[in-house]
Amino acid sequence: MTATMTKAADAPKSMEALAREFGLSAEEYKLALSILGRTPNVTELGIFSVMWSEHCSYKSSKKWLRKLPTTAPWVVCGPGENAGVIDIGDGMVAIFKMESHNHPSFIEPYQGAATGVGGILRDVFTMGARPIANLNALRFGDPKHPKTRHLIAGVVGGIGGYGNCVGVPTVGGECTFHPRYNGNILVNAMTVGLARADRVFYAKAAGIGNPVVYVGSKTGRDGIHGATMASAVFGEEVEAKRPTVQVGDPFTEKLLIEACLELMATDMIVSIQDMGAAGLTSSSFEMAGKGGLGIEIDLDQVPQREPGMSAYEIMLSESQERMLMVLKQGREAEAERIFRKWELDFAVIGRLTDTGRLVLRQYGQVAADMPVAPLSEQMPEYARPWTPTLPRPVVDAASVPAPKDYAATLKKLMGTPDLASKRWIWDQYDHMVMADTLQRPGGDAAVVRIHGSDRGLAIVTDCTPRYCDADPRAGGAQAVAEAWRNITCVGARPLAITDCMNFGNPERPEIMGQFAGCIEGMADACRALDFPVVSGNVSLYNETGATAVQPTPSIGGVGILDNLNTVTTIALKKAGSALVLVGETRGHLGASMFLREIAGREDGAPPPVDLKAERRNGDFVRHHITSGKILAAHDCSDGGLLVAVAEMAMASGIGVALTVPAGGVPLHAFLFGEDQARYVLEVAESDVAKLLTHAQAEGVPAARIGATAGHGAAATLTVNGAWPISVAELRAVNEAWLPAYMSGNA
Amino acid sequence: MTLKQGVLDPQGKAIANALHALGFDSVEGVRQGKFLELDLKDTDKASVEKNVKSMCERLLANTVIEDYAFEVLK
Amino acid sequence: MKSAVIVFPGSNCDRDVAVALGRIAGHAPTMVWHGDRAIPKVDLIVLPGGFSYGDYLRSGAMAAHSPVMTEVAARSKQGVPVLGICNGFQILTEAGLLPGALVRNAGLRFICRDVHLKVESTESMYTRRYKRGQVIRIPIAHADGNYRADAKTLDRLEGEGLVAVRYCSPSGEVGEQHTPNGSARNIAGIFNERRTVLGLMPHPERLIEPALGGSDGRPFFEGIAEALAA
Repeated sequence: MTATMTKAADAPKSMEALAREFGLSAEEYKLALSILGRTPNVTELGIFSVMWSEHCSYKSSKKWLRKLPTTAPWVVCGPGENAGVIDIGDGMVAIFKMESHNHPSFIEPYQGAATGVGGILRDVFTMGARPIANLNALRFGDPKHPKTRHLIAGVVGGIGGYGNCVGVPTVGGECTFHPRYNGNILVNAMTVGLARADRVFYAKAAGIGNPVVYVGSKTGRDGIHGATMASAVFGEEVEAKRPTVQVGDPFTEKLLIEACLELMATDMIVSIQDMGAAGLTSSSFEMAGKGGLGIEIDLDQVPQREPGMSAYEIMLSESQERMLMVLKQGREAEAERIFRKWELDFAVIGRLTDTGRLVLRQYGQVAADMPVAPLSEQMPEYARPWTPTLPRPVVDAASVPAPKDYAATLKKLMGTPDLASKRWIWDQYDHMVMADTLQRPGGDAAVVRIHGSDRGLAIVTDCTPRYCDADPRAGGAQAVAEAWRNITCVGARPLAITDCMNFGNPERPEIMGQFAGCIEGMADACRALDFPVVSGNVSLYNETGATAVQPTPSIGGVGILDNLNTVTTIALKKAGSALVLVGETRGHLGASMFLREIAGREDGAPPPVDLKAERRNGDFVRHHITSGKILAAHDCSDGGLLVAVAEMAMASGIGVALTVPAGGVPLHAFLFGEDQARYVLEVAESDVAKLLTHAQAEGVPAARIGATAGHGAAATLTVNGAWPISVAELRAVNEAWLPAYMSGNA
Repeated sequence: MTLKQGVLDPQGKAIANALHALGFDSVEGVRQGKFLELDLKDTDKASVEKNVKSMCERLLANTVIEDYAFEVLK
Repeated sequence: MKSAVIVFPGSNCDRDVAVALGRIAGHAPTMVWHGDRAIPKVDLIVLPGGFSYGDYLRSGAMAAHSPVMTEVAARSKQGVPVLGICNGFQILTEAGLLPGALVRNAGLRFICRDVHLKVESTESMYTRRYKRGQVIRIPIAHADGNYRADAKTLDRLEGEGLVAVRYCSPSGEVGEQHTPNGSARNIAGIFNERRTVLGLMPHPERLIEPALGGSDGRPFFEGIAEALAA
């Protein structure tokens, strides 16, 4: 193997074979030849291959991503930069994005997840924002799968290890399980930051002759694509295995945040870009490309951790905690002082030129010389064939046996892996550092105060993969709608989303069909709810053998709370108030938690998403929350109405007497159906009549469905006066599963 | 157990910087690792080596990022 | 009152404690970089929480040798109050300003949650606004908060009333099952002999107003402000 590789590198006629090894198709290689006008050397070939990789080029997904709405009057910067930027008023912007780190987290869960957090933090502070919140959407395989426990422990440890150390609170997220993730877990990390509206930084380079500066950690041989091959080609000691796993250094990241923000408070920076996937290659192309300029880099000036690194290795290294920036000429020494104070590397490694070419020099020789613009302008784009997902029949509630004992059924549901409390996870995340976390994990949305003000951000992640699997379009719409609903539940105005699209192999038409369907559904919902996409990430090939992950478009949503005095939580506030259900209940059991966990079936169409109803019901609920008349609010999602009510009761220890209106919907379908656009509100008895009258006037379905009753040890949950279950017992069951599982006892 | 050559060692790097700050200028690099002492019942050296190697591979070292070395004393 | 908060590379609760001091004591502290050898004339020095030097090697070990720590020790000797919270407590033990050590939590995991504390001594500027035996709710957020010292030291701390707060149940019972991290004798915070130095694992600066979920941390800063008002 070693010998052939070396030969391949030496002989130009084998370059095409090497191109194939690097993942470039015959067509793509031909295109590279025509752009370059000659045969590329190995470094140039490596650059083509990473720039045109699925990860960097979005070549399979771009066609579809264009369908997503990305504008609104409050959107300052949509997709295409490091992160999305929205105006939140008072001269401030929120900057946020979600990104996947799925494959690395499966290989080495602790470091994979940790570096995922580090990467998304950099995307946000690169743009001038101080990160104020982290969230994570995690999908693991079957709890019974032998690897699952180890993966959870590692991923949670890594997220905590990194986030806790950098001092950014991890305030929320989600964690669910399904055998379809056995071979491909999903680790999606989201960061939200705040900046002054007039101090946002972009990647676009400007000013011929301006210095290109490298800051942060040194470059090592971490995470180089096709690492074994690279070492076989270039390595002196071919024996040493080149690590493909990157190790995160949160301490350096913390210093990098502080140093960058200190520099950003000056006027020295022209442009800045973090070195993420494909490291120095994509960051330099990005900056020069956006500025329509050329860039010259002297690789000997790049701070290196190991001796003898080749140009290929330096350009493709994915070492963490590094940034590239263009400074104003003559300000280098001033900027360097800041980075030295924070004990970080700082090196002028090149200049901007007017040639429109990327020129790399190493040991006094040209190591690569290629045009910048054509690589992105002529980037391959594929209209991959796709087949739509076949619709599934609607499940008739009558075909699903009703439970004999609703208390026992509820108890069982609350202890299932997806519905069980995730306290074991968030206990390991510092969710309070920065002292602005007003709603901690466990509610509908995390609420983080805008430092020094009485306003706040509501932040969530949402997706229901089993709906997306059953009907991608409905599932895509539902994911966006649920994020919007959860933000509404705390009383915030939903503003925008980031998405993290996790799918299988796009070369399979049925997978591409799932992708297309989810995008269509998301686009419908974004439009109907004025909730545009401002940033995102696509992760394809999440597939092992013939098993692809469930289609999982994770949605990260952000909303604004203009008045923190009217923020609501899911916890019931007192005994003797009324519960009102907003939204229509038809009892859709298809693809529900009840169907899967109790009836043992995973079939059926998911609940339909009526976006008009979502909008109408949500706006109604928000109006009443902000007018201060709602004591507690929670949306109905996984598990339906009864689970939502149980969660409200468990959060406070107050009991509930639920009275289900007699009507056409069978009791089990009413209680466990997952109809969308529904909320449960706790309202003072004296305010109920007015609320219901207003609902009727607005055309919002709303009905009184019970009252809060008792607290402490006596608190119970009853349905139509029957099946009493103690709230304390529910809580115990709900809290027990994950700790027991992680200690090997479940 | 130490991190493999080429894997970033954040702790080693931070310790080296702190040593420099204390004036130990001769320190060129620090690699940080874990040291374990195992007491074993076996007396046959070959089987001890086989056993310890298996322990390292399966549990003690994370061979994705760590190297290990061991010595059998007596 | 004037105070200084020392900022180490990796400190991350420096702002939080500065906000609490500024808001409750009415005077924003001076932030002092760890590399400085001089500390302005102040009535209180705070070593904040965080991960100085990434907690690499041992929590607080490298920060204890920072240039500024020579001055912190000198001031402390002169009687200037020094407060170490979380990582600050770890630094104080590593620097020898307080006895004992903080090792890995018994459960081996980082823990972030509200815990209950029993105020054991109110005879200090930090705890004077609480009642003796009062149970308060304050969050912890640490991986290395398991307080360890030899039996003689523990006996001395207890005998001389130098245990400031202990982990307890919501109703104030102190027992092994109520320590979240395995700390010896449920110790969550200790004084030096003169009760001018306090090391505390929990974070009072995180619960100083109802919006954050509680205000049991507020009297802590009110006590400091009251004692040092002059």
